[in-house]
Amino acid sequence: MKLTVRIWRQAGPATEGRLVSYPVDDVSPDMSFLEMLDVLNQELIAHGEEPVAFDHDCREGICGSCGVVINGQVHGPERTTSCQLHMRSFADGDVVDVEPWRAKGFPVIKDLVVDRSALDRIVQAGGYVSAPTGSAPDAHATPVPKPDADLAFDNATCIGCGACVAACPNGSATLFTAAKVTHLSLLPQGQPERARRVLDMVDTMDAEGFGGCTNTGECVAACPKGIPFASIASLNREFRKASRTGRG
Amino acid sequence: MSDYRTGDPIADTKAPAVALENRWDERKFAAKLVNPANRRKHRVIVVGTGLAGGSAGATLAEQGYHVVQFCFQDSPRRAHSVAAQGGINAAKNYRNDGDSVYRLFYDTVKGGDFRSRESNVYRLAQVSAQIIDQAVAQGVPFAREYGGLLDTRSFGGVQVQRTFYARGQTGQQLLIGAYQALSRQIDAGNVELHPRTEMLDLVVVDGRARGIVARDLVTGAIETHLADAVVLATGGYGNVFYLSTNAKGSNATAIWRAHKRGAYFANPCFTQIHPTCIPRSGEHQSKLTLMSESLRNDGRIWVPKRKGDTRPPAEIPEDERDYYLERLYPSFGNLVPRDIASRAAKNVCDAGLGVGPGGLGVYLDFADAIERMGRPAIEARYGNLFDMYQRITAEDPYRTPMRIYPAIHYTMGGLWVDYDLQSTIPGLFVIGEANFSDHGANRLGASALMQGLADGYFVLPATLNDYLGGTRLDEVSPGHDEVTRVETEVRDRISRLLSVRGTRSVDSFHRELGLLMWDHCGMSRSREGLRKALDRIPELRAEFWRDVRIPGAAAELNQELEKANRVADFLELAELLLIDALAREESCGGHFREEHQTPDGEAQRDDEHFSYVAAWEYGEKPVLHREDLTFEHVHPTQRSYT
Repeated sequence: MKLTVRIWRQAGPATEGRLVSYPVDDVSPDMSFLEMLDVLNQELIAHGEEPVAFDHDCREGICGSCGVVINGQVHGPERTTSCQLHMRSFADGDVVDVEPWRAKGFPVIKDLVVDRSALDRIVQAGGYVSAPTGSAPDAHATPVPKPDADLAFDNATCIGCGACVAACPNGSATLFTAAKVTHLSLLPQGQPERARRVLDMVDTMDAEGFGGCTNTGECVAACPKGIPFASIASLNREFRKASRTGRG
Repeated sequence: MSDYRTGDPIADTKAPAVALENRWDERKFAAKLVNPANRRKHRVIVVGTGLAGGSAGATLAEQGYHVVQFCFQDSPRRAHSVAAQGGINAAKNYRNDGDSVYRLFYDTVKGGDFRSRESNVYRLAQVSAQIIDQAVAQGVPFAREYGGLLDTRSFGGVQVQRTFYARGQTGQQLLIGAYQALSRQIDAGNVELHPRTEMLDLVVVDGRARGIVARDLVTGAIETHLADAVVLATGGYGNVFYLSTNAKGSNATAIWRAHKRGAYFANPCFTQIHPTCIPRSGEHQSKLTLMSESLRNDGRIWVPKRKGDTRPPAEIPEDERDYYLERLYPSFGNLVPRDIASRAAKNVCDAGLGVGPGGLGVYLDFADAIERMGRPAIEARYGNLFDMYQRITAEDPYRTPMRIYPAIHYTMGGLWVDYDLQSTIPGLFVIGEANFSDHGANRLGASALMQGLADGYFVLPATLNDYLGGTRLDEVSPGHDEVTRVETEVRDRISRLLSVRGTRSVDSFHRELGLLMWDHCGMSRSREGLRKALDRIPELRAEFWRDVRIPGAAAELNQELEKANRVADFLELAELLLIDALAREESCGGHFREEHQTPDGEAQRDDEHFSYVAAWEYGEKPVLHREDLTFEHVHPTQRSYT
């Protein structure tokens, strides 16, 4: 099939960006969306133009590197990562707009590449269990009820792609932070630092310029890993409780 | 004219000459310590943030060292370890099924086709149990039973259930555990993190590794970072084949440039082909996706008995199907090791029995398992893998069998290291997939995660102490002649790449190289084919430097330049890989030489002549140093899975 893609081109953080239109021929329905961009880039290089910069790595939907807004929807029309979206989701002759994640917390670096290091700084603020190497008890010394382990896992599947932030009208990182907090607060290992963790992570989230959460739910609709909406309620509960008791 | 020269033999002198089970304890006791107050004066560079690099960085920082850590991704959490699906082995014997440290050791040496060191493998098995404890303490959500205890499953090549897992995302969960430990140390100021930064060369001063030259991938700035020791945890080089299950960014640059500075490269031809990969769909394919080997626990592999049978699988009656693994290897069945399963798939496809487009596929069928256990049970075990398969192929594996075909997955070769994980350059340590150790000629499933974490959490932190505690290191100034020289070489190389201004894209060279390697150095290799590839590669390399086209400039985010830098290295490494494959006149593990097979087509090892590690020194012509392997405990036998 033949498509017209209109791609956000921006040379650097300080320069202005704009949508540029390119025809792409010979698109196979079995191609991933990123493979379609590869094909376009080969064309651009052949014509002496600069290829489109975009982030990607594993192309298996697990590393969380890729992420673009396609026709106004993060990761495109299906609930998956951009690398696992296939061109069979589009029709011959379609015009497809491709833009970077847009959020105050994610400055554009070039074209479709944005800086998501703020998410790392939220984790650095407390998204861990302090368990220095070599100090661990036998794994079976701490049984975890299966329902807790499963729910912790559901939250731990977050790939940190930032789709939740890009989908949120407020540019909030609440779903990301909620997934981290919920994963660790459900497990016995995560208890001692529970209060400090949520307070520090939420403080950092605000300081990084992410917006507040108004329970719009766009994040959950866009999340390729299905992080539950209930995790936000769980974050709020953890936060309120910790606010009363202090950092512990 | 020979392709290489032969040099002096090489040996590992660090494993103590005591009983196998005491070697690691003895080594740790004999290792010099560094007083905690002195540790903060030492800077240690760690390149890579996967399971090996992330766990090493976190642990070294906990010990008090000042760690300077690098990754080319935008976040340390994205290292390719994140993509490992199936699980991690540990000799916990939680199932009471007869597992032990010795059995894990035995299975691993045998699975590696007797081309690994007994000392290293035994230590790996010893440390394995501690890894699970560490990960659980960090909050890694492994699968659990209703009683709250950890669940396990089995993997190819073994008959016990020792594999711990977290759905089909075990690598992701373990990596996040290490990443969180690293994040804690970043926050504490003990780790200085440089994301989107790529190591382009190694600085060796007075014979010791003292730093790296790296490129900031956003600004293009070339920067030198100096330290007292350098740790490479940069993964494997499977992307030399272009199509592989590796992430697109996985590359060989760090280890290849270290090799050119004096680190020996061991067993480069030992590449693992994984049997359960989704077949390629067309010319546009940019990479391949693996389906976890754990699927072979419940899925049955078959092809039609009749050539050219194009009926849909459901219409092929039971007696017209060939469950060839169950037929050929009755006691292991679908759970034979990866090399055996891959070659068997190739053989049936070569015989014209393959299914799907181009006949390059075999069925992995869950119909029996769904009937036996019900769909919900299968969904609970493999749901995310089934979803992934459906997304990629648009076929529903609950209704129709999956199609799978082997693909390049893991490289057992890598930089040569001793028992301390130190390379032939003092002060340069190499861990995880980047080194050659522990797996021999074939890696058993669920052992890559185990090795990465064993090296990073437990082995390196002990042996690095010994190096730093026992070595007098003078300060190297940033203006040192050697530093300036390496920096200049890096800059010149980039200018040279950008000044070619030719007509062919980097990818077109990479694809051509990959196809050449897959055709002649893939699942089976012959003298003739290897020779053909060896003739072509120098031409292709010359063409690359004459005709590559790299748009853009050096001082900006330039992804074509990044790729060109890496492909230039693959074009050199490929040649060494072929020479190594040519020199190894035997079949073993993932290395199948057509000239060396048993009458029934199995790999024919030659222990008398090839029971060694091939450690290559860089030179005008590569120099082969042999490290003899001795087996005191697991005596080499023909591997049998029948």
